Amino acid sequence: MLGYFAVSIALGISARNAGMTAPQATIASALIMASAGQYIGFTLIAAGASYLEVVVMEAIANARYLLMSCALSQKVDSDLPLRHRLLMGLWITDEIFGVSVSVEGRLNPYYNYGMAAVATPGWALGTLVGVVLGNVLPVRVVSALSVGLFGMFMSIFVPPMRKNRVIAALVAVSFAASYAFNAISWFGGISSGMKIIILTVVISLGAALLFPVEGEEDGHAA
Amino acid sequence: MRHNVYLYILGMWVVSYLIRVLPLTLIRRQITNRTIRSFLYYVPYVTLAVMTFPAILSATQSPISGALALVSGLALAWFGGSLFQVSVACCAIVFVAELVIA
Repeated sequence: MLGYFAVSIALGISARNAGMTAPQATIASALIMASAGQYIGFTLIAAGASYLEVVVMEAIANARYLLMSCALSQKVDSDLPLRHRLLMGLWITDEIFGVSVSVEGRLNPYYNYGMAAVATPGWALGTLVGVVLGNVLPVRVVSALSVGLFGMFMSIFVPPMRKNRVIAALVAVSFAASYAFNAISWFGGISSGMKIIILTVVISLGAALLFPVEGEEDGHAA
Repeated sequence: MRHNVYLYILGMWVVSYLIRVLPLTLIRRQITNRTIRSFLYYVPYVTLAVMTFPAILSATQSPISGALALVSGLALAWFGGSLFQVSVACCAIVFVAELVIA
């Protein structure tokens, strides 16, 4: 959970770059708890995107939580009351999901609440530190911390590349397509948010049709 | 038109929460459609990859330091580096590289 703090500082810096104030960024982190989703959201806010564009992109960026939520629905007691399900849904993050699915047997919701009690303040305070320190840190330090989020992304999508050749090929295709989108001026009128939506849907759908996933793999999307 | 940042945040929160809470509250059985399951399985990797490159090259002061961070981040993650290690290593490499370049 310490990793949360360093990454959230980088997120705070990106929020500052997007022109957000410390309270805005801190509230966003405390509520949303999604690194990639918040990063995209902040980028779109900086670009003055429409509310609809931000909401659609947030749904795409956080689509993996849909899968994690599906997996957790199989992991908790089927008699678990609705209020616990509504509460647990607040804190489905990459790390909390990763830890909670590794629990033996049925998942006790208080296990998730305990993790959330540690992760949420760390995430929100780290973001606050990023926004505040981003104003006084030298340009070189801000530049260095800006790649922290990309490091986090890589640590999520690279390990599965080793075990799964389809994912390895998909990442290569995604890199190439993303680069081509930026390089070809014909696509110049398309915002970076729309670019991410279009490429994600096209490439993932193509992969789903060509290389459908067998049975038990869907729980590992963290 | 000037947008309200708090409205953006509210929108982001509502959609994120719905995505997180709906399957947990509504779905009591496994999704059986293979294509939908496969699509959802691949989405996070594609999204993260598309967001990382080539954006990492323009996030830093110089594209060279961004490229160094990309290559070392990929290598470190490949050989088992944790989320925290990979993040910190990328930051450190950019910091050192930009000291040398500048």
